[in-house]
Amino acid sequence: MKRAPLEVGLFVTCLVDAFRPTVGFAAVKLLEEAGCRVSVPEAQTCCGQPAYNSGDRADALAIAKAVIAAFRGFDYVVVPSGSCGGMLKLHYPALLAGDPSLRDAAADLARRTYELVSFLTDVLGIEEVGARFDGDVAYHDSCSALRELGVQAQPRKLLDSVAGLRRTELPNAEVCCGFGGTFCVKYSEISADIVRKKAESVVASGAGTLLSGDMGCLLNIAGKLQRDGARVAVRHVAEVLAGMTETPPIGGSRA
Amino acid sequence: MQDATLRGALKRMETGFGASRAAAVARLPEFDELRDRAVEIRNHVLANLDFYLERFEREVIAQGGQVHWCATAREARETILSLCRKAGAKTATKGKSMVAEEIALNPFLEANGIQPIETDLGEYVIQLAEQPPSHIIVPAVHLSKEQIADLFAEHHAQYGKTERLTEAQALVAEAREIMRQKYLDADVGITGANFLIAETGTTIIATNEGNGDLTQMLPKMHIVIASIEKVLPTLEDACTLLRLLARSATGQEFTCYTTFSTGPKRPDDLDGPDEFHVVLLDNGRSAMLGTELQDALRCIRCGACLNDCPVYRSVGGHAYGWVYPGPIGAAIDPHFIGLEEAYDLPAASSFCGKCESVCPLRIPLPGIMRYWREQAFERKIAPAPQRAGIRLWAWVARRPALYRIGSRIAVAMLAKLAGRKGRFARLPLAGGWTAARDLPAPEGRTFADRWRTETRRRAS
Repeated sequence: MKRAPLEVGLFVTCLVDAFRPTVGFAAVKLLEEAGCRVSVPEAQTCCGQPAYNSGDRADALAIAKAVIAAFRGFDYVVVPSGSCGGMLKLHYPALLAGDPSLRDAAADLARRTYELVSFLTDVLGIEEVGARFDGDVAYHDSCSALRELGVQAQPRKLLDSVAGLRRTELPNAEVCCGFGGTFCVKYSEISADIVRKKAESVVASGAGTLLSGDMGCLLNIAGKLQRDGARVAVRHVAEVLAGMTETPPIGGSRA
Repeated sequence: MQDATLRGALKRMETGFGASRAAAVARLPEFDELRDRAVEIRNHVLANLDFYLERFEREVIAQGGQVHWCATAREARETILSLCRKAGAKTATKGKSMVAEEIALNPFLEANGIQPIETDLGEYVIQLAEQPPSHIIVPAVHLSKEQIADLFAEHHAQYGKTERLTEAQALVAEAREIMRQKYLDADVGITGANFLIAETGTTIIATNEGNGDLTQMLPKMHIVIASIEKVLPTLEDACTLLRLLARSATGQEFTCYTTFSTGPKRPDDLDGPDEFHVVLLDNGRSAMLGTELQDALRCIRCGACLNDCPVYRSVGGHAYGWVYPGPIGAAIDPHFIGLEEAYDLPAASSFCGKCESVCPLRIPLPGIMRYWREQAFERKIAPAPQRAGIRLWAWVARRPALYRIGSRIAVAMLAKLAGRKGRFARLPLAGGWTAARDLPAPEGRTFADRWRTETRRRAS
């Protein structure tokens, strides 16, 4: 007897929704090819991090409750972002620890939530993808994916299975890119200095394409590389894994 | 950030202690077990602080020393001054002590006619430069060798040293020669303490220059200034903490000198002070117990969180505006000087989490910074436009239908405005972003919008 497909709720994230819908479609493609049934609940907006990190606990809590309600019933909740994934997986349970009526629901959501690439490898056991990408790429670890969710080997492993792709490591790979959500505009000079160093590392790596799993980092690094006139294309890792690279790179000019 | 010398100094740091720490940790497979043990020890002490401090006092007295309990910085300053006067001191040599910085001891002693002489080389340099330290363990990290050469040329002329030296080794030798006489002349030696041992009444300092030994051995009075959370139950506990401290601070397995002081000189001792005093400072620490800030009292002041912090590496230590810079400063300075004064410290973080990941005592530094942000939001210390902006955004984000329409319109406008270029070099209201980087434009339609089309297509 054939097992029923896993029901996966896709948490799109506000930045993918607004800036890079291609990433959402790449995530859907990867998940469907892996045999999952993907739904995108309409009641989602954002994970609430802008409020949570600004000290607005009441609004963060209200948004967390809405997300928990919107994603009830799915076997898994998959997020193409380490940052928003970490919010659902680690910070919602912390936010709701004092709420007996929702504590268990938050823990349950946390248990079911995964960052996209680690879901493919760690839950579905995927070891290779069928995509092709000709070029030298470097992978930037987003801080939340790396330090909150332990995502480090997983994207590298899947990228190494992409035909034609040559992967190099960034110098100082573990250092933040300086995005930090509202930090990048509240303390824009500090953020600019941090991303300057990150862009220098990217250029020094010699990679023609920079990939990462978080739109915040990608917008930040792409914007800096373009300001500096560096000829490095920037994309979300899901686009390459799904073989959906016909869209111009992030911030790239359109034909 | 505009200071070229500071930038150079901070750049050197990037390949300095952070990398040494990582190598030292990699060489010690049980590092994480050691961390767990250290966290247990410190949590146990904090839960029983009164017990261990009283035991410490009893043991100090039993060894012939005295303990002075000081609730405030002012009490500590005055206690130290009266001890110095009792010793008839004109000069006091000083080992490196962040707590002495915290109570602003040097200017106070100077104003009262006692000349403090810093004996840690870095502290000595910044004393000449009349600057505060910019780092917890390398106080003069912000200065270049050239700046130090200038300072020595200016200040050492009075000792007949008129040649401007340029080699690091020669600079150290000259400082050492001048320092030697000061050790002999001093009436009082003041040191900090890395740890206080309850079972023996011992105070411990870890140094790499040996200056602490001479500071406390040669004068007739040794004053230790230490904050209350430095106490540990046993010498074995100190060994656990010292192994973590050296590796986390400089990547060494152990500091060059680890000095244990237990009471004044005994009848059979060849040398040592006649009097041994420990000034125990609270200064608001006991008020941190039982609060969101308690975990920060586990700190052993290794500086690892500074070395690996991208913000510290960009702005340097002085930008923090108070004694403790970096992530640990962002966590505790608001408690000491008030959140109004220190609002920016916990706010200026990308929450990259590197500090917590390198902290040997696993202090949840970003979590404590978030606690301060919540305080700033609640108490309306955060700027009103920022609070209003977040509340407005959240109001929309809590209404999915409205949010979808709003973002669809905004995204379509932005994409049209960017045109074929695909990005913005300038954009109204986004000056913070676009001052240093372009803003990539949205693709055109939101995912939610396109997904609706897609689901209709799939259904048909």
